[in-house]
Amino acid sequence: MKLDDLYRRVIMDHYKNPRNRGELNDGSVTVHLNNPTCGDRISLQMEIGNGIVNDAKFTGEGCSISLASASMMTAAIKGKKFDEALKMADDFSNLMKGETPEFEYEDIEALSGVNKFPARIKCATLAWNAMRKGIEEGQEK
Amino acid sequence: MNALEIKKLFPILNQEVNGHPLVYLDSAATSQKPISVLETLQKYYEMDNSNVHRGVHTLGTRATDAYEGAREKVARFINAKSTQEIIFTRGTTTAINLVAGSYARQVCKPGDEIVITQMEHHSNLIPWQQAAKATGATLKYIPLQPDGSILLEDAEATITENTKVVAMTYVSNVLGVVNPIKEIAEIAHRKGAKISIDGAQSTPHKKVDVQDLDCDFYALSAHKMCGPTGIGALYGKKELLDNMDPIEFGGEMIDFVDLYESTWKELPWKFEGGTPIIAGAVGLGAAIDFLQEIGLDEIEVHEKKLTAYALDKMKQIDDIEIYGPLENRAGLITFNLGDVHPHDVATVLDSEGVAVRAGHHCCQPLMRWLNASATARASFYLYNTEEDADRLVEALVKTKEYFGHEIG
Repeated sequence: MKLDDLYRRVIMDHYKNPRNRGELNDGSVTVHLNNPTCGDRISLQMEIGNGIVNDAKFTGEGCSISLASASMMTAAIKGKKFDEALKMADDFSNLMKGETPEFEYEDIEALSGVNKFPARIKCATLAWNAMRKGIEEGQEK
Repeated sequence: MNALEIKKLFPILNQEVNGHPLVYLDSAATSQKPISVLETLQKYYEMDNSNVHRGVHTLGTRATDAYEGAREKVARFINAKSTQEIIFTRGTTTAINLVAGSYARQVCKPGDEIVITQMEHHSNLIPWQQAAKATGATLKYIPLQPDGSILLEDAEATITENTKVVAMTYVSNVLGVVNPIKEIAEIAHRKGAKISIDGAQSTPHKKVDVQDLDCDFYALSAHKMCGPTGIGALYGKKELLDNMDPIEFGGEMIDFVDLYESTWKELPWKFEGGTPIIAGAVGLGAAIDFLQEIGLDEIEVHEKKLTAYALDKMKQIDDIEIYGPLENRAGLITFNLGDVHPHDVATVLDSEGVAVRAGHHCCQPLMRWLNASATARASFYLYNTEEDADRLVEALVKTKEYFGHEIG
């Protein structure tokens, strides 16, 4: 187990300089999710319309992995159709299982190392679960 | 006592984790088990296993003797007046739920008060929240001092003539605060309230005398005191337990069952519905034997020295924030390392073979009070040595270097 497999430079960059951190003024969907076992929290806002995620921002507290993952996720889903975003969430689940799906937003692939740290997988998936839930709520509207 | 020699009695501690000899500093979550406890469990299943209080056969008698013998050990260990005052439970949580679910619901009515503190573990907070909601009683909190301790004058002010139950932990699993239980029991009794103590973090580390503390209820878990998981005990004063209704019904706890009415066994069995945790109780008995052979006073002194040693070294690390009082604290140190999230701290420490806890430690209200979303915690026990503390400090320095370097 090598720490550098987990904490790649691109992850630390997203952690230190998170993309899309903040709140949307007119977020049409807001999802609050937390990880009750460790206290990580995310509040994800998505502006959606016509089956497309137009914008996404997040606030929250968490470790480097959970915040970097939220940063990458929001960057990756902007402008994507719902089914494309959901497919990405599936790909991300597979990435956490040790598979090697490719992502258009390549930074995400840096999180592949999390797979070797099973205790941290739930940190990485929190933001993606929030996105999945937000789109499900958006589809119902 | 010689911690290095004691460590050898714990097979699990003799292993490498991630290429380093394991340093286990998470005993406040669960302790490791000595070989004598493991052998007792093995022998029980190999030689004596049977159901208790039922069979006429020899194994049934042996299992019953072992189970009830363990109850005697628990009673003597915490100085209960009799074995009737010791109820085996699944652990501290179940024990507290029995007090909150039976006693508190029987005695509380609207206008009454239940008094707790903000340092409580969820398992000594939610049962009281629920009991307050169910009865219309008011839940009140004794405020915390800046270092997390409580003042007797605040206890005196919060506990009133309307208070029916005071519930608090003896030792905080986050702050290491040791509460003045005996003094608060006196205040509670003077105002006509009963006091229920969460002993999960105290029983493994110090001598407990429930008669001297004069607490009305006291809950403990075996797995934090070198025993197996899944077993604990509730101590309650006999006159209180006698008047309490069971909250679990089934086999074992009944006296006479009719189609529409049933009656209960006498204490302590009326609270032990179903086949009890026989092997667990036997394992708890073995853990008590083990701890008593070493001596609880010795263990407490060892942990105090070790904690002072570790605190001294940890304080010298830049940007470290240590929570809780610096004096009179139990053998655990909760901290945060600058901006590095405790999960990241725990992962780097784990890569160095050092096991600590990271998260909210089942104390979300306390985390909010500390203004921290999470913390890291190193907790010591009788098998930890100064070398373990050194390894922790070295790993913390590495963590700082790693994150400073990676982020910078």
